[in-house]
Amino acid sequence: MHPLLTRRSYLAAYLAVWIPLAGLLVLLIKVSGGIATLEAATIVVPMAILFAGVCLSAWYTCRATPLRSSGISRVFVTHLLAAFVLSFAWVQIGRLYARALSSSTSFQGLDIRYDAHAAMLVVSGVLLYLVNVGFFYVLIALEASRAAEARVLETNVLARDAELKALKAQVNPHFLFNSLNSISALTRSDPPKAREMCILLAEFLRMTLGLGEKSSIPLSEELSLLHRFLAIEKVRFGARLQMTEEVAEDCKTMLIPPLLLQPLIENAVTHGIANLPDGGLVRLAVHCHNGRLSILVENTFDAEATPSHRHGMGLANVRQRLEARYQKLASMRVAPNATQFQVSLSLPAEPQEVQP
Amino acid sequence: MSGASEKKIGALIVDDEELARQVLRELLQTHPEIEILAECANGFEAVKAIAEHKPALMFLDVQMPKLSGFDVLELIEENVAVIFATAYDQYAMKAFEVHAVDYLLKPIGRERFEGALERAKKRIGDRLPPVQELVAAARSPQQYLERLVVRDGTRVTLIPAAKLDYVEAQDDYVALASQGAKHLKQQTIASIEAGLDPARFVRIHRSYIVNFERVVRIEPYGKDSRLAILADGTRLPVSRAGYARLKTLLDDRA
Repeated sequence: MHPLLTRRSYLAAYLAVWIPLAGLLVLLIKVSGGIATLEAATIVVPMAILFAGVCLSAWYTCRATPLRSSGISRVFVTHLLAAFVLSFAWVQIGRLYARALSSSTSFQGLDIRYDAHAAMLVVSGVLLYLVNVGFFYVLIALEASRAAEARVLETNVLARDAELKALKAQVNPHFLFNSLNSISALTRSDPPKAREMCILLAEFLRMTLGLGEKSSIPLSEELSLLHRFLAIEKVRFGARLQMTEEVAEDCKTMLIPPLLLQPLIENAVTHGIANLPDGGLVRLAVHCHNGRLSILVENTFDAEATPSHRHGMGLANVRQRLEARYQKLASMRVAPNATQFQVSLSLPAEPQEVQP
Repeated sequence: MSGASEKKIGALIVDDEELARQVLRELLQTHPEIEILAECANGFEAVKAIAEHKPALMFLDVQMPKLSGFDVLELIEENVAVIFATAYDQYAMKAFEVHAVDYLLKPIGRERFEGALERAKKRIGDRLPPVQELVAAARSPQQYLERLVVRDGTRVTLIPAAKLDYVEAQDDYVALASQGAKHLKQQTIASIEAGLDPARFVRIHRSYIVNFERVVRIEPYGKDSRLAILADGTRLPVSRAGYARLKTLLDDRA
């Protein structure tokens, strides 16, 4: 659909621009002499209206000859050819009109006077047409940039949706089944421990569900979630799972996206510790420095027993969420060597706003 | 029932989690006809214990460090009735393809357990097809082996696919050459070939598969055949068809 024909107001504005153009044409003919002002106006004004209509077609030619993909010579040839053909036809129609007018007494001999200006009218027509071509190219560029903007917005919305979905899918069903299995073992051998484990699991689930809805939480909340997760896994893995935590006190109030560290710790346990017959160590270290929050999750692992793609899912998820939220301001580095798997995050330290 | 007078059924519990083993132990308490011969916390222990105790029945976890439950089955020659016990239901299909008696999902309920045990008792002593081939066939088609498992006596070796230099067919066995050593395994070269990533491994001869990255050059040898020279100097015969396959792979990479 032609953009100027989509709304009446657009078409009206376009035609309004043609009013001074028609005036200019009248003036041009008048100045070149041999014709009365009334005569010039009578013939030129209807012709200008006609040409305004003709020039609308330039939009289709511009669309068919996009500046970016068509060669420069093709653009020139196409539009110059169209300009000359249309302008010439237009002047011919004007000639018929002048001839018809000249049959009336007040415009006698107008056709002869018109012919004297025909060449100039053809040139003006070509120029007017080319101005329209320029105008339509600008219009097309504006439309394209608006579409691009809409696309960016759409992608942002999609990214947000994906982020939310990712958050909701965090709790690994296998973690649940394995925990339930541990509880079922403990009900007989150690009932108080079984109850403790039920409570830990319930707290973990409740926190996970609650946190998923927030956009950011203080690090301390994420830590208490992690503590429950690790306490549950500790029951399962026993002495095989060792952990240490060094978190600088001033970092605990910093805001982070919820469940950012949970998948990292879960990875460390399920792909690191679970693959080691004698277990290993999961280390979490958090420091703030110069407005940056640095987080390190490190675990013992067996490079040969753990296919690298297994780590991928959780890590890709964390990376995506960091990008969606901080763009270039956050970074994530994954450094596996033969015995240690290390993930370090660096993100802007956002202090929790103090309630006034 | 004359259970008491019959010979006891020897069983093995294989799971890396103590609590999971405990559940099975408890469930077996009401079955005096089953004798727990050993409990194993990983696949290596399991392979050893199977050779030592020759159990008739085995409760086997799938996900364990280093050697998975399926790896264990691939390594043993003994005829054992297997009941898988795992929290993951995505292995169920594969478990039945390797002729497992049953597949129990954790947490394990009493009723489900009794059913599995009944089925196992009927199946004990059944002649089963060689499990190595079954394991190879049960692998999902797009997934290639990341490592191979080999057993020499009670010693189990893991060979990452990247460290495998070539495979040589020897009668009923294949020899897996890796880092200067050769490991024998009872499997056909065709089923090994099917498991290896075709972008990295080429069957260059009726009896040889080579790791493409190890080949440094090809030399003509005789009228119709060629030799592949590996980085460590090993010379392997290349048949005409093998050379064609090698060239296709080269072209794909170019």
